[in-house]
Amino acid sequence: MEISFDLLANAVVAGLLLGGFYAAVTVGVTISFGMLDIVNIAHPAFIMAGSFVAYAINSTLHLDPVLIGLLMMPVFFLLGIAVYQIYYYAFERRGEESIQGLAFFFGLLFVGEVALILIFGVDYRFVEAPYIGPGLHLGVIELPLRMLIPFAVALAMVGLLQAFLGRSFIGRAILAVSQDSLALQLMAADPRRVKRIAFGISIATAALAGALLIIIQPVEPSIGRDYIGRIFAICVLGGMTSFPGMLAGAMLIGIAESVTSTFYGPSWAPAVAFGFLLLTLAIRPAGILGR
Amino acid sequence: MGAAKFWAVSFIVSLMILVVTRSQIENEYFFFAGYVVLQYVVLATAWNILGGYTGYTNFGTGAFFAVGAYSSVVLQKLSPLPVPAMILVAGLVSGIIGLGMGYLTLRLRGVFFAIATLAMAIVAQTLIVNWDFVGGARGIYIIRPEHAPLFGGYIQYLYSLMLLLAWFSVAIARSIERSRLGIGFNAIRDDEQAAEAAGVPTLRLKLIATTLSGALMGMAGAPLPYYVTYLDPASSFNLSYAVNSVAMPMIGGMTSWVGPIIGAVLLGTIQQVATVTIASELNLLIVGLLLIAFVIVAPNGIVGLVQARRRARGER
Repeated sequence: MEISFDLLANAVVAGLLLGGFYAAVTVGVTISFGMLDIVNIAHPAFIMAGSFVAYAINSTLHLDPVLIGLLMMPVFFLLGIAVYQIYYYAFERRGEESIQGLAFFFGLLFVGEVALILIFGVDYRFVEAPYIGPGLHLGVIELPLRMLIPFAVALAMVGLLQAFLGRSFIGRAILAVSQDSLALQLMAADPRRVKRIAFGISIATAALAGALLIIIQPVEPSIGRDYIGRIFAICVLGGMTSFPGMLAGAMLIGIAESVTSTFYGPSWAPAVAFGFLLLTLAIRPAGILGR
Repeated sequence: MGAAKFWAVSFIVSLMILVVTRSQIENEYFFFAGYVVLQYVVLATAWNILGGYTGYTNFGTGAFFAVGAYSSVVLQKLSPLPVPAMILVAGLVSGIIGLGMGYLTLRLRGVFFAIATLAMAIVAQTLIVNWDFVGGARGIYIIRPEHAPLFGGYIQYLYSLMLLLAWFSVAIARSIERSRLGIGFNAIRDDEQAAEAAGVPTLRLKLIATTLSGALMGMAGAPLPYYVTYLDPASSFNLSYAVNSVAMPMIGGMTSWVGPIIGAVLLGTIQQVATVTIASELNLLIVGLLLIAFVIVAPNGIVGLVQARRRARGER
């Protein structure tokens, strides 16, 4: 196959935009899995919930999906706190995080998906917004607004979270929990409270990420599964705890997927992220920017 | 009971079940439903060899199962063998995949293994979707042989095979449980570093567990094309196989070979009944909710509840 430069440039740019969106999807898991050591494999289910809430409100009240995502963040924050409470009492307190905790989140992922199927059915749903459709043209490169807006919102969210973690008191406490929660306890702080807030934030990001997802593509309940591998691939590639590493990982996966689907067809794209994940786990478990 | 005696006794019990059900029950639906329940006994037992004994969670049951099913499809197209031979070949192929999978990921913490198995399931599915020889995304029709070997209908024949396979995997699990191998597995589950320090060859044992577990899952999948007669990637890689094979041992109890059987028979029967009487989506919801409820309330499953009850009575 002849690889034309225009096609390649477009694929790379589309991959960058996709990668920005993937960062928004992954940032919650970077907090919960990377920093808090809570293996929340149910994160995609929360993202799908975010997408369908955006769909339900958009189709009735015609609000802007990004606005809906932002408005839903406090609700998802509370949901996250509730889930963490259950997780804490059922597993963390008993020291049984490992296999039962994993099964708990696996069950949650499954129940979330089936619940969405029962409520909304298996049809593809989409939202309406003025920026879905038109695009910008820079020479041969196309920039659809449908991708550009989620990209910008995603980067803004990751940037704000990075600033929040680095500067605010609570943010620094979250970083402290991720480094050494016993030492934090010795400083008379309650790691459980900090973890609760942090987990709430990680689920809150799913509300916005879900809204961005349904802007990018029509959504049906079971596509959440495709994101499990992507999310963890990016998280592991990025070295688990660092946001810059995560961004780099997200861009890498985005470009790899976009180039693959341009030149080999979209049916091969899902394997790319997972292939990357398996390779990273096998060769360099510390991630690309890892120690 | 020694291992050899258990093999003999359980074989006789299985044969009795086989003879009684096949001679007494006329209704074909019983064998359709029974096949599925027995298939879950095999899957849950296989999952438990790695998950329950060794403590490594495998979310990729669907992949091993589907690889077994698709290796039958390939064989059927190249040179049709009798189904028992296909089960053996499927076991071999899935066992090799289990070995490779373990080799790639088992040096990492358990959580990464769990995530990697999820990832592997999608990679395998993508490969099958893009492989036209076995039907690709469209799926493939399999024509059953007209007559079943021995006597009776074809579905009764598949049911009998699955019953024997269930016996085989349970007997293997029981033998492992009481052997040096099983003690090594448990040491890994309880504290891998301590086990390693005490001289347990952890990597080798974990590779044995993934290979064995994967092989049994593949064997359970091998007769599937003949059971459904139409196979496509979306249904054969279905996540419900993974959820069921995790939920059944967890609900039954993971420390003993009885647990997966209890879980599989209980959940499998509930699902068969719910599919017929209510709706198929709802029965998956039941499995998910039961899984969540059990890991929170009774983390050691039904067997754990019974043991705790006995212990409490003994103390009095």
